[in-house]
Amino acid sequence: MFLINCPFCGEREQSEFKAGGEAHIERPKQPTELSDDEWAEFLFMRKNIKGVQFERWNHAHGCRKWFNIARDTSNDQIKAVYKMGEKPPVK
Amino acid sequence: MSKNLRFKSSKLVDETYRISFKFNNKTYYGYKGDTLASALLANDVHLVGRSFKYHRPRGIMTAGSEEPNAIIQLHDNTSRTEPNVRATEIEIYEGLVASSQNCWPSVNFDIGGINNILSPILPAGFYYKTFMWPKSFWEKYEYFIRKSAGLGKSPKEADPDIYEHKYIHCDVLIIGAGISGIMAAKMSAKNGLKTLLVDEKSFLGGSTIYDNSEFSKINNQITSSWLEKEINEISKLENLEIKTRTSVAAFHGYNFLLARENLTDHLPINQRENKIRHRLLKIRAKKVISATGAMERPLIFDNNDRPGILLSSAIKKYIDLYGVACGENNILFTNNDTAYETAMSLVQRGIKVNAIIDNREQIDSKLSYEVEKNNIRIFKGYTVVDTYGYKRINGLTIMELSKDGQKVIGKKIKLSCDSLGVSGGWTPAVHLFTQSGGKLKFREDDQVFIPNKYPSDQLSVGSCNGDLGLDEITINTVLSVKKFLNINNTDYKTFEIVTAINKSKRNIWLLPSNKILGKTKSFVDYQNDATAKDIKLALREGFRSIEHVKRYTTTGMGTDQGKLGNMHALGIISETAGTKMGEHGTTTFRPPYTPLTFGTIVGRNVGEFFDIIRRTPIHDWHVANNAKFENVGQWKRAWYYPNKNENMHQAVQRESKAARDCAGILDASTLGKIDIQGTDASEFLNRVYTNAWSKLAIGKCRYGLMLNEDGMVYDDGVTTRLDENHYIMTTTTGGAANVLGKLEDYLQTEWPELDVYLSSVTDHYATISVCGPHSKKIVSKVIPDLDFSDEKFPHMSFKNTKIGQIKCRVMRISFTGEQSYEINIQSNYGKSVWEKCMEAGKDFNITPYGTETMHLLRAEKGFIIVGQDTDATMTPIDLQMNWIVSKKKYDFIGKRSLYRSDTIKDNRKQLVGLLTENPEEVLEEGAQIVADIKKLPIEMLGHVTSSYYSPNLNKSIALGVVKGGKKMLGQKLIIPMENKNINVTVADPVFLDKKGERLNAKL
Ligand SMILES: [Zn+2]
Repeated sequence: MFLINCPFCGEREQSEFKAGGEAHIERPKQPTELSDDEWAEFLFMRKNIKGVQFERWNHAHGCRKWFNIARDTSNDQIKAVYKMGEKPPVK
Repeated sequence: MSKNLRFKSSKLVDETYRISFKFNNKTYYGYKGDTLASALLANDVHLVGRSFKYHRPRGIMTAGSEEPNAIIQLHDNTSRTEPNVRATEIEIYEGLVASSQNCWPSVNFDIGGINNILSPILPAGFYYKTFMWPKSFWEKYEYFIRKSAGLGKSPKEADPDIYEHKYIHCDVLIIGAGISGIMAAKMSAKNGLKTLLVDEKSFLGGSTIYDNSEFSKINNQITSSWLEKEINEISKLENLEIKTRTSVAAFHGYNFLLARENLTDHLPINQRENKIRHRLLKIRAKKVISATGAMERPLIFDNNDRPGILLSSAIKKYIDLYGVACGENNILFTNNDTAYETAMSLVQRGIKVNAIIDNREQIDSKLSYEVEKNNIRIFKGYTVVDTYGYKRINGLTIMELSKDGQKVIGKKIKLSCDSLGVSGGWTPAVHLFTQSGGKLKFREDDQVFIPNKYPSDQLSVGSCNGDLGLDEITINTVLSVKKFLNINNTDYKTFEIVTAINKSKRNIWLLPSNKILGKTKSFVDYQNDATAKDIKLALREGFRSIEHVKRYTTTGMGTDQGKLGNMHALGIISETAGTKMGEHGTTTFRPPYTPLTFGTIVGRNVGEFFDIIRRTPIHDWHVANNAKFENVGQWKRAWYYPNKNENMHQAVQRESKAARDCAGILDASTLGKIDIQGTDASEFLNRVYTNAWSKLAIGKCRYGLMLNEDGMVYDDGVTTRLDENHYIMTTTTGGAANVLGKLEDYLQTEWPELDVYLSSVTDHYATISVCGPHSKKIVSKVIPDLDFSDEKFPHMSFKNTKIGQIKCRVMRISFTGEQSYEINIQSNYGKSVWEKCMEAGKDFNITPYGTETMHLLRAEKGFIIVGQDTDATMTPIDLQMNWIVSKKKYDFIGKRSLYRSDTIKDNRKQLVGLLTENPEEVLEEGAQIVADIKKLPIEMLGHVTSSYYSPNLNKSIALGVVKGGKKMLGQKLIIPMENKNINVTVADPVFLDKKGERLNAKL
């Protein structure tokens, strides 16, 4: 079970958090302008990589804030934690 | 007793404290400190069970948690009975009752033993290949297979014992209190680190604690004495907590570990009252040191599984630690020096060692000379080719090994024995290390896997790290622990080690035989009866990955996870396939290391603490008025209120009729309520609901439908505009938490520019819904100051008002289609207002109704229930709810998905009404809907989602989803049931009051 360093509360047990899938997928501003394929890209297509993956997490049983983490899926190490809207601090 | 197998002055056993116990209905005696295994062996009982597949007689094989055979059923008492207990782990206590598993009718006469004779036709995968096809055959065999296989009996009554969970945080956790664990603990604690040392045994010191021969010394002291002094010293250290009988079950990432502390299983039953039985420790350690030791490997040869065949280290442990001899005429079979230590332990007690069979041609250690001095015959370069004795070994034959170890040569020699100790060398116990994600490397010299890469802040020391000699253990433990803990000072300076062991070894995974492989039974996994032949068969049939071979042959799939034989399985695979060890993967060990009881896993979360129970503020009234409850999420909701002698159907029919004819009252407090405030609140609602919200006037209510981005219906409910920038949203009971989470997500991540604040207020308000033609009269009596006229207070509007001095909100909204008022008041007044309504409604036959009637009434109106009439594949268009989807709004969640190529297909499943040909016939919810039953295979068009008998329409009504249903109005369809086909007609889903006149009905 991970220890996650919530940017607002500090280090807490994973059980306090909820995972929210891949990060940095922005909802299109003008969905009506998009073709079916473009909309499907946003709606369904997600990466599933071995290595550092950027993910959304929510401190559901804490401050309820959403934030991003960079996690290495091969060993579960969290390389960075950063706020919504910020750029990932690692590659 | 004819044999004398009990010897005095052992390490663990208290000979002044005699204990009686029962095994397979016979009474035996042992001493305090004995395990069930040691006590049985002292009574010359080796046969303790039958193997799983062939039902071969099996005996005690080890002296620890790796035991594959001696798996017993504990207790007769049905509530405490426990299967799969290892006799080698359970300590005896007065009154212990145990019996064999895997045998029917008894261990001495076993019907399944016929499988042993049939075994040529029972190869690997036999059960898959034979009994699963045709399916009807499996049904016939299953009963007998299950009965005769027997996996122990689970208790039929509730567990009377108490369990608990405890969180522990420490600087350093040390797993295993053998010599390296003890040394690591001392170094850690003496340097000011908060240290926890755990060991699964009842005593400290591991196997070194009985390393008591003259040939093994540390700093001029016999090794076991040196270690005893160390143990004495650490037990006084302040920073160190020591927990025995504590087995680490799981080693997760981030140094999070689960351990089971066993507190009472060794006590006499009458001393366990009101005590915690097991404690599940949830340990978060900054650093972890694994000192889990090593396990002795068996050897793989024909008939290597007879009772009386043990690991040679187990024989040594039983004599040194428990004072128990496993036989009077011992033979040891080995490929390394370990068995010679066992021989010396036996000889020193005057126990006969008939011979040592050694795979090695050259043996050159001080120990082997000592053994020879004691006139024990050593067969160098020999192997055992067969053993004899059905329920107990009575002899064996040996042959000479060829130079390359691939064949046996020369003549067979027969030897007699009543006990055979085998040693195939040592396997580092890396189970927990690999559980944590650690990667192994293979060491060719002695054919072992050892830790290579640590996934977290952890270290392995001692024999689990591949340091198998006393010199390596002591020196390397000090060096690596110092570095790992970043400490300079320790008490350990230099070690003067004396050992008589030579590390040479001749490793042959599968020993050759004079028979062809097909005629041998060389067991690799004892518990699951997987043989070398099975593994080779799996390879012949094309399996390559160890994970596949494992599943096909069931090697390593037992409760012991194949702790003994996994290495041999890997070895045989790599030899057969001609590949390097580890190339086909190593098997993955998964938690728990040893099985945990369910009691330990759930701890105190049993009975009413199993899950949170949410009760409404009016709950007590429902209880007092005979309500039956149903669980909706964590809520207890009143389901129906049967009068005397009424069944559910009768109660629901009565309630449903009363609600439409007179008045009904419903506790709707469980509906989710979200308070929404902020200058962008209207814009926010525009974006999350499918319909438009900007123009909703203050004081008005509106029904809203919420979608996911994929266009599928997610939740629904009525939202009321309380003020310019203030709304209260209601959600479904089950959806409340998820809806709040979803709204927060959008606000924080997609639309942070919006000025909107959300608060969950579900528990803050009690919600009482009064409906029916008399509802207005009733609420007018409860709130006389409020003008309830249709002009002042029309449908879909709300008023702030007071009941007495207490502020409340009244909404005129309806989920039944009747004129209906919903009073929302601070929770703690809920019950008193409910009672006021009941009092006011007395003259109008006000009838409390539960969720079942609510569902019936809304179905009459064709109102959907999200999650019952919808699943995650229904769009509002599929639900025939186009009216609620705004065409004008530029965007809302899910809008774009409503015209994807898939969602605009016209043969999607769509919500329709269904009327049965026979109005008395009520459909089964979930039943399939078809059009043509003649054309095979029958095409499934959809299913029934809601179905009731309507007392207000006097007929059966149903909702269902049907492919292309919208265009099928009036069409006949069929509901095929087990013994009949029911004819139905597709109808409009609104069955009652299509014009909505009842919303303003007056009586
Ligand atoms: Zn937080």
